[in-house]
Amino acid sequence: MRAALSKAQLEADIGSRFGDAFKIHDKAVVETLSTGVAEIDSLTGGLPRGCISEIFGPASSGRTSLTYSLLAYATAHEETCALVDTNDVFSPTAATEAGMDFDRLLWIRCAGDLEHAFKATDLLLHAGGFGLVILDLGDVAGKDARRIISSWWYRFRRTVEDQPTVLTVVSEEACTRSCAALALELKGTPEWSRAQSNVLPMRKPAPVKPLLRHNSIKVNQMRPVTPWIHESQFRAVSF
Amino acid sequence: MFACVHALESADLSLVEFAYGFSPVVEEVRPGTVVIDVEGCELLFGSPYQLAGEVVRRAETTVNIALAANPDAAIHAATYLKGITFISPGEELTCLGDFPLARLDHSLVNVEKKVADEIRETLRLWGVRSFGDFASLPAAGVSERLGPAGIKLQQLATGKTERHLKVKQPAPVFANSIELEHPLSELEPLSFIFARLLHHLCAALNAYALATNELCVTMQLADQATHERRLSLPYPMLDHKVFLKLLLLDTEMHPPQAAVRSVAIACEPVKPRVLQNGLFVPLAPAPDKLELTLARLAKLVGEQNIGSPVVLDTHRPDAFSLKRFSLQTNADIRKRRKAGAGALNRPSRIDDELCLGFRTFRPPLRAIVEIDQGCPAQVSAWSKQRSVYGKVVSRAGPWRTTGDWWRDDRWARDEWDVMLERQGQQSLYRIYRELETEHWFVEGNYD
Repeated sequence: MRAALSKAQLEADIGSRFGDAFKIHDKAVVETLSTGVAEIDSLTGGLPRGCISEIFGPASSGRTSLTYSLLAYATAHEETCALVDTNDVFSPTAATEAGMDFDRLLWIRCAGDLEHAFKATDLLLHAGGFGLVILDLGDVAGKDARRIISSWWYRFRRTVEDQPTVLTVVSEEACTRSCAALALELKGTPEWSRAQSNVLPMRKPAPVKPLLRHNSIKVNQMRPVTPWIHESQFRAVSF
Repeated sequence: MFACVHALESADLSLVEFAYGFSPVVEEVRPGTVVIDVEGCELLFGSPYQLAGEVVRRAETTVNIALAANPDAAIHAATYLKGITFISPGEELTCLGDFPLARLDHSLVNVEKKVADEIRETLRLWGVRSFGDFASLPAAGVSERLGPAGIKLQQLATGKTERHLKVKQPAPVFANSIELEHPLSELEPLSFIFARLLHHLCAALNAYALATNELCVTMQLADQATHERRLSLPYPMLDHKVFLKLLLLDTEMHPPQAAVRSVAIACEPVKPRVLQNGLFVPLAPAPDKLELTLARLAKLVGEQNIGSPVVLDTHRPDAFSLKRFSLQTNADIRKRRKAGAGALNRPSRIDDELCLGFRTFRPPLRAIVEIDQGCPAQVSAWSKQRSVYGKVVSRAGPWRTTGDWWRDDRWARDEWDVMLERQGQQSLYRIYRELETEHWFVEGNYD
């Protein structure tokens, strides 16, 4: 109580000399972009605009399915999207089934060149006006992903923070470190959708059930507006 | 004073070009007839009489010339009177008064043919036969009975119309070139040349309230070759700084093979883009910034590696092409909204079937597959970028697909979906066996 009083007294004495230094600022409301998956949206509130979001997990954990859903939702809502495909793994044939509007998607194939991928992302972010930029590092080996220098991520964070752009990084291991406002860790194993058969069907069925429905998602939410305050919340949810 | 020149023969002589030799104020009435405003030409050609003589001398074909204070009177006189005709101011009817009314050119006063024919018929019934008869009618009575069109035609017959010449402007040429004293082999000094040419070009376009969507750059090289590049823009633009950056990026990607001796830049003039964005339309990149970004990306990863994907109409696996990425216009957006009005309000996909993601390995990984009772049991595949190996714990297949058997690039294969286990982690891959070569490949990973 004494401390509180002395603080109030201090503010009253010198507050007028330091402008609004003692004023408590309201937390800015962060706009979000839906992922198109209700469960993830209810957990995270969507991907925050003006921030970096990271989706990571091993192969066959549902990263690409979530990316397709994200792109389909964003393009359906007339957002201009860009996909920086580091290892040239995007499959337009599979993405068609997700309902993606390709006219709103700029696909950049980097043929395995990590430096090109980062430079392309930087160019896109500086151009401005993109609603969603996805940097796909899903096939970059963990040791290479860990070698990515932090200054790239700080640069990206600084560039997007004044824009309504969602920068999403898809990777095998978490690599954006403290720069991501939202990190989604996918831990799932694929599950066959039906009994396997060697009978030749007329049409090939979907081999597995949608991966995200059998996933364990770990959400690491940091405060996106003041990312230097590491107030992390970890929640692990299975559905 | 106006001079009307009427060519009697359809010669190769371009009368408009010919008329520009006397005055810049020229109206082309119809093919073969032009009116020249010769006011102020005395210092060059002398009196109107001397001017008419000069016109006849210079013309390579037979022409009629009429000089009058009224352009329409000069047109009528030159059309129907041979040789050189001079009409003094106020003496129009002396010259044209005997002309029949059928010669009255109603198009000169913007009266429709149907209305003009009706008026002529009415005048014929009244017994009015010539320009002189028509001019002698009282203007108030003509206005009362024939209306404004009648008054216009009467003024035309009298030679008292008041109008300006519809001056035919020479078609503007938006091109600029420069010859260099010394050939340039580096991009930096060339950029100053580009900047200068583009600045003048954009200023010329701006003066006509135009923009351009195509730039054509022609460079004459030191080895006598010609280097030509065309820059097509999806939207009309008028910013010389953007053009300069695009041109420099293009020249970096496609450099000339020798030093440059001369540079010429021409552009296709089009109307500028007028765009009003809606309040509720999501933000999109600015067109000029997007073009620059696309050009920079093309320089970075190659032109063939950026664009919007297009799925080809074939059953061939992983068949797609890339088209140039461009922002959609408001008309496109409206059309799409009309076509899929419910798309925006669609429910979340979690209740529907979620789309299964697939990551394609390009090129497919050559694999060594151990077979057990006709089914894959172990898969091993390596490349510089990735490795796939493991014991097959479960599988589905095979699915046989074939196609394009009449072409060299035909395909025929048996596909399997295999679950591989490696270090306790299970992953699902699509592998296939080519029927022709019996080789196994890993096509990609379900994710």
